[in-house]
Amino acid sequence: MQQSQSQPIDREQFEAKIQAEEKIEPKDWMPESYRKNLIRQMSQHAHSEIIGMQPEGNWLTRAPTLKRKCVLLAKIQDEAGHGLYLYSAAETLGITREEMIDALHAGQAKYASIFNYPASSWADIGAIGWLVDGAAIVNQISLQRTSYGPYARAMVRICKEESFHQRQGYEIMQTLAAGSKAQREMAQQALDRWWWPALMMFGPHDGESAHSAQSMLWKIKRRSNDELRQQFVDQTVAQAQSIELRIPDDDLQWNADTGHYDFGAIDWDEFNRVISGNGPCNRARLAHHVNAHHEGEWVREAMRAYAERQS
Amino acid sequence: MSETPQPALTPLFEVFVRSRRGLDHIHVGSLHAHDPEQALAYARDTYLRRGEGASIWVVESQHITASQESDAASFYDPMDDKPYRHATYYTVPEDIDTL
Repeated sequence: MQQSQSQPIDREQFEAKIQAEEKIEPKDWMPESYRKNLIRQMSQHAHSEIIGMQPEGNWLTRAPTLKRKCVLLAKIQDEAGHGLYLYSAAETLGITREEMIDALHAGQAKYASIFNYPASSWADIGAIGWLVDGAAIVNQISLQRTSYGPYARAMVRICKEESFHQRQGYEIMQTLAAGSKAQREMAQQALDRWWWPALMMFGPHDGESAHSAQSMLWKIKRRSNDELRQQFVDQTVAQAQSIELRIPDDDLQWNADTGHYDFGAIDWDEFNRVISGNGPCNRARLAHHVNAHHEGEWVREAMRAYAERQS
Repeated sequence: MSETPQPALTPLFEVFVRSRRGLDHIHVGSLHAHDPEQALAYARDTYLRRGEGASIWVVESQHITASQESDAASFYDPMDDKPYRHATYYTVPEDIDTL
């Protein structure tokens, strides 16, 4: 870090770059709180990609056809890759991969709360791709314009690759919705289970979001939680109608004045319960990650030993 | 064979330029220099005479490990038969333009 003497000019230049829509790059001076804020958001994003593999991985061996299994495997493989892009981008801020993983294991770093819900039927795999990836894409498209260069570039790559994730999920729902009565019910129940948690993915309302105001000023975030959530609702309603599934919200209604759908109140108690560690699968998700990490220790050890012998 | 020792070759450096903030560094070419600082100066004089860049990276060519193009067929083979990795593989109802 630069000395405090040079800070007023550094800060001025930093603010000017942000104002001018220029990206901040790793070697630029940046306020410590900008760096910390980014590390928090980017590591949380990376952890989400990795933890998010669990609910889907649960269905790999039970996918209904070989084709569905190949598709699901390819999607989960993408999530692992996206986690790696994001960890690498976060590492340009001077934090190590190990520190990020330790913070996750110690419960200091979060991941998207949505992955603390179970995938109870095959239709949930459809709902996850359609709704969870759909919500993530709405958020990630806006993050392609985030002010930190490495994060923005990772988002561009991720958005490009993810275009198939939502479609494969929607296609599963489409197929089930056009199937037998039992399959149709399975699809509807999955939509019932995932709709509200998907809306919660965008986080608290703008007025109550802890990090939002500063993140918007620094252009780390480009659109507010509520704006993004509204866009997701607006585009998803027609998608549900097209396959004749019902969104589980009695208050959902087109509002001609605003040009958007009005929707019902989100259960913030549930949101807070899950985010504070008491969702259906929080402990299992973290324990699985910790175990996998420890079980992989012998591989890392062998690689270190090999590298030492080579040198 | 002559006994005269060959003079040490000047190391080769690969040059990467970021044309504008926010974009990736892209490989533009290579040059010889005695050390990284000199390589940076040469890169500036060689590749950025018209303000083509905002940032330069130089790395000694010997530190680059490259895939072999002759092995491309087998190296990339697992990627070629997975059309389902592309969005266009999936059919979406005609009235839906938001997927």
